[in-house]
Amino acid sequence: MSSYTKRFDGRKFDELRPIEAKAGVIKKADGSAYFRIGKTTAYAAVYGPRELYPKFLQDPKQGLLRCNYNMMPFSGAGERVRPGPSRRSKEISLITERALRPVLDLKDFPNAVVDVFVELTETDAGSRCAGICAASIALADAGILMKDLVVAFSVGKVGDQVVVDLDGDEEHFESNSSVDIPIGLIPSTGEITLLQADGRISPEDIRKCIKMAQERAPAVSEILRKALKEKYATE
Amino acid sequence: MQRSENMTNHQLREHICNALTKGFRLDGRKMDEFRPLTIKTDCIRTAEGSAWVRCGETELLVGIKLALEKPFPDTPDEGVLMVGAELLPLANPAFESGPPGIESIETARVIDRGIRESHAIDTHQLCVEKGVKVWTVSVDICPLNHDGNLIDLGGMAAIAALKNAKFPMVKDGVIDYQEHQDKKLPIVETPIPVTVIKIGDNLLVDPTEDEESVLDARLTMAFLENGNICAMQKGGDEPITSEEFEKMLELGSRISKELRQKIR
Amino acid sequence: MTGLLVQDKNVVVPGEIIAEGMDYLPSYGTYRQQDKIRASQLGLLTVDGKVLKIIPLAGRYLPRRNDVVIGKIIDILISGWRLELNSPYTAVLNLKDASFDYIAKGADLSKYFNLEEYVITKIVNVTSQNMIDVSCKGPGLRKLRGGRVIRVSPCKVPRIIGKRGSMVSMIKRATGCQITVGQNGIVWINGEPDKEIIVVEAVNKIQQEAHIQGLTERIQKFLEAKTGMKIEIIEDHTEGGSDYRPEGGSDYRPEGAAEYHSEESP
Repeated sequence: MSSYTKRFDGRKFDELRPIEAKAGVIKKADGSAYFRIGKTTAYAAVYGPRELYPKFLQDPKQGLLRCNYNMMPFSGAGERVRPGPSRRSKEISLITERALRPVLDLKDFPNAVVDVFVELTETDAGSRCAGICAASIALADAGILMKDLVVAFSVGKVGDQVVVDLDGDEEHFESNSSVDIPIGLIPSTGEITLLQADGRISPEDIRKCIKMAQERAPAVSEILRKALKEKYATE
Repeated sequence: MQRSENMTNHQLREHICNALTKGFRLDGRKMDEFRPLTIKTDCIRTAEGSAWVRCGETELLVGIKLALEKPFPDTPDEGVLMVGAELLPLANPAFESGPPGIESIETARVIDRGIRESHAIDTHQLCVEKGVKVWTVSVDICPLNHDGNLIDLGGMAAIAALKNAKFPMVKDGVIDYQEHQDKKLPIVETPIPVTVIKIGDNLLVDPTEDEESVLDARLTMAFLENGNICAMQKGGDEPITSEEFEKMLELGSRISKELRQKIR
Repeated sequence: MTGLLVQDKNVVVPGEIIAEGMDYLPSYGTYRQQDKIRASQLGLLTVDGKVLKIIPLAGRYLPRRNDVVIGKIIDILISGWRLELNSPYTAVLNLKDASFDYIAKGADLSKYFNLEEYVITKIVNVTSQNMIDVSCKGPGLRKLRGGRVIRVSPCKVPRIIGKRGSMVSMIKRATGCQITVGQNGIVWINGEPDKEIIVVEAVNKIQQEAHIQGLTERIQKFLEAKTGMKIEIIEDHTEGGSDYRPEGGSDYRPEGAAEYHSEESP
């Protein structure tokens, strides 16, 4: 395993790429957001609560949260991405929903649905996490009742070094030997709502990764909150 | 419930017509007036060419991707152009997730025809090895917020993106998408689609979603730099008279010249 | 540290700590997490003595009994009509509640209310599963003829109406337009086209600036600039049931807002 002592873009090991976040960017949506981390750019639009079709999905006891993750054809680092759902995008849609549901109370909107659409316009690793951050802002922007804003970013190991927010170059370090751990957290409780791992890593290093994530989460949470408040800032 | 967004709303139509007889559109514009229009290019680094357009509240992105593939058997020395337009559910409550509906197919094909028939891309210059390898150019139009006039705005963004598209690096016959060559796509023409819609006796350009929902007919014309037309498409359930066609042609031609200034 | 961490009338976002310690009580849009009170909705914090509440800045319309709303007929049923209310939930208007006139069974219901027509109606019942009954029997409740309809955020309705109707009446006087504001965020406007545009612009301006103080004066200046008229701000008690005014003259949503949202931790 190579030693990785300096990150390709010069960041500190526990430093995320520059983040830009804005709320209310899609006027037709009930809530929306733009979230950019490094070069990875995600838009999220929330429609709802709205009537749920097909009718057989309606549940009189509680509502439904439906997430859809999609990459625009020109957003991938390499070839064009064929439009339409792939197995990968369906899985990411599922884990996005799973990451967000714990902060919502579905009983607030029985028989109805909250639809979350995440679109990636440009990606450079960390796209599913960027989508979740954008979705969090968009849900709050739509006035949905939620305990907190879920923050998500990747942690992992590049060479022998535990780092936060791997970029595309780091993901492909040494013929894909690096480990990518997307993690989603509820900042107010520290609870984990998204956790995946992709690569070989010791339990000790995983613990280091999670600890690093929990330390960085409040700063990311602040950025998401600021995006919402800026929409209502008085001059 | 969003179903009603697309239902023909007779009250809305009557109201729009009343306003039009007094010379107003619901947002105060004149019939031949476009909403404030901004175009930016080269905004998406993962694409070989890109453009972002906002007109009023309609906002969309176009990305160009290039690839090397086998040519079609009947055109062994020509590159391939493909235009797609997905009506993403994020952009409007009326759009649904799923395979492209007929509206998105028509939008894509009309924009495609405007570019293809203008010969804006010299496809022979896209040939690398006859019968074996040619460049394919994929144009993908993705709305972010849909408030009408996707064909015109998508078409303009598409040609703006094509004009700044660069070939990716090719090393030993393999594409390295991380690097662009300095060489741009050979674009020799700037087709501009203009859609004129008819509501009652009134002809309008740059319709909002509300205006599109009550139109009787629409005609899209793609204009070339010399004023000729390379593609047309009539839409809407009502017919148009030949007098109306003349007026639409004249209006479209005039507007296309104004719009062409916006594309560098 | 104990006490209030956020000032009254500040914007708060979900998860944000509003107060620490046990002195304060969480009400609508807030919840207690151990010794902290956090916000659960994007909105303006209201401090009412010890009670902390959120006035939402966004959110779709969730139906409440006694609200006067503008609905759109989307279906004609055997003994009534179904209406869309700019909400995830549709409402039913029964024959017996449609009019003070007697409507015979088997009558052609489209003669009374036809598809796509807009109706000012009052919500008379909401079940626990959000099934809604509405009625058109009452002052000001009627079909709307002509005009156009725009959608606004239901949270902004109190600001659009104003204290005792002062905002909406000001816009009416400035533009000469008929305006009806439904609690569900549907606004009906009818007048000269160029004046209607001013109404729409004023309403959009109110929506964007609803959370900033001095709104009424700003709209007054805006209307004066657009119409060249001098306009006064006066309260308007003359309107009947068509312009619903919040109780107590407060600018924001009445106390009832807490009723249908659980006040326990979400």
